[in-house]
Amino acid sequence: MKERLDEQTMALRVAKEFKDGMIANLGFGIPTLAANFIPEGKEVVFHSENGCLGYGPTPTTEEEQDFHLVNASGQFATPQPGMSFFDHAESFSMIRGRHIDLCVLGGLQVSEKGDLANWLIPGREPGNIGGAMDLAFGASRLVVVMTHTTKKDEPKVLKECTYYLTAPRCVSLIITDIAVIEVTPDGLVLKETAPGWTVEEIQALTEPELIIAEDIKQIEL
Amino acid sequence: MINKILDSFDEAVADVFDGAIILIGGFGPANGCPSYLIRALVRQGAKNLTLVANTPGRGRAESPPPPGAPVRKMPPNYDDGGLLIQNDQVIKTICAFPGTPPPGMHAPLNDRLIAGKLEVELVPQGTLAERIRANKAGIPAFYTPTGVGTIIEKGKEKREIGGKEYLLEHAIRADFALVRAHKADRRGNLVYQGTSRNFNGAMAGAATVTIAEVDEIVELGELAPEAIATHGIYVNRVVSRESGEVTS
Repeated sequence: MKERLDEQTMALRVAKEFKDGMIANLGFGIPTLAANFIPEGKEVVFHSENGCLGYGPTPTTEEEQDFHLVNASGQFATPQPGMSFFDHAESFSMIRGRHIDLCVLGGLQVSEKGDLANWLIPGREPGNIGGAMDLAFGASRLVVVMTHTTKKDEPKVLKECTYYLTAPRCVSLIITDIAVIEVTPDGLVLKETAPGWTVEEIQALTEPELIIAEDIKQIEL
Repeated sequence: MINKILDSFDEAVADVFDGAIILIGGFGPANGCPSYLIRALVRQGAKNLTLVANTPGRGRAESPPPPGAPVRKMPPNYDDGGLLIQNDQVIKTICAFPGTPPPGMHAPLNDRLIAGKLEVELVPQGTLAERIRANKAGIPAFYTPTGVGTIIEKGKEKREIGGKEYLLEHAIRADFALVRAHKADRRGNLVYQGTSRNFNGAMAGAATVTIAEVDEIVELGELAPEAIATHGIYVNRVVSRESGEVTS
């Protein structure tokens, strides 16, 4: 088995998408990890569905854990200068109103048109939509970070999603444990490869045909 | 004189009737869940309730978690709407995150859903918040982009506005809103702590009767006008946890 990027490394790659001054919303799991890797000198404001802008990283001590300061993943967060609170209706006005510059979500499947399925594993009904659907429709730019294949090595980047959709045609960029793929009107463009992985090997684990970027390179962190 | 303060949680929920539609604030394990009002409602015993909440709740564990199961830290003295489900007082929930028990574990909501005793209406979180807000604001329905081209659009009117498709979503009419805040005055003005505002702030005023459970009641004038997050106009009853712990 070839070595794939671990979660921390994928989160590091996600963090490269943070631009100075951005408002970003991070979903459960690897996306939330990316908050620990804000590039130096860049100011990124994190939005949380449960009514917070500008929260800080997970506390390192038990004394800092405050039940009145949690992020949408249900994890404790820390206060930061400039932080503000609001209710859920206001929070989703920010999301649907396209005030969120970047949203990073986990994924179960992404199609070549940029459709996302990430809220229901068949057989585990009723499923939990949470805020993912509004974020997928409302964020200015949506990045999905996920393993490239299922545990059985089945592709998760597909011609068509087979699971219930979160939103159609919403994904801009897919970051996986072996590749970075951009969703374009012409199709999926392979932009970056994980160390040791060839284009052919990545294509073999991807259902739709990939367009190879002219400036394809190894993933840089 | 306006005085919305009641002496007990039991008194605050005494008129909740069978079949009522009830909004319950809170978000996940964050404090901000009206736990004492929920316990009082368990004691009161109203049946056939519809619960509207982001997460209806897990109730109390009926058996110890299996070894290795993730343990989530909960606020002290906490109960959620799952307690009402556990007590078979609920026939329907409208929610965004019903929760999924780990394989091999039980959850009151999922057990009753499988047994056909409970209906779940799954709503995207933002649509849920806006359907609640709409009822507060006197808007019967609205168009939203969320859900177009997904399972959520099933049975809903779709309309193109400015070249884009939207779904018609209806306001949620509710009888009671149970919300949790930090401090209140006798007019029902509320302030919250941090992210505990969440759905509480959206739900206050979105039902015929809004009941606020607070940590502390302060004199009129003590809450800074600029800091008041929910205005007394939206609140009908206030009960403080200072009035004594509610157990059930």
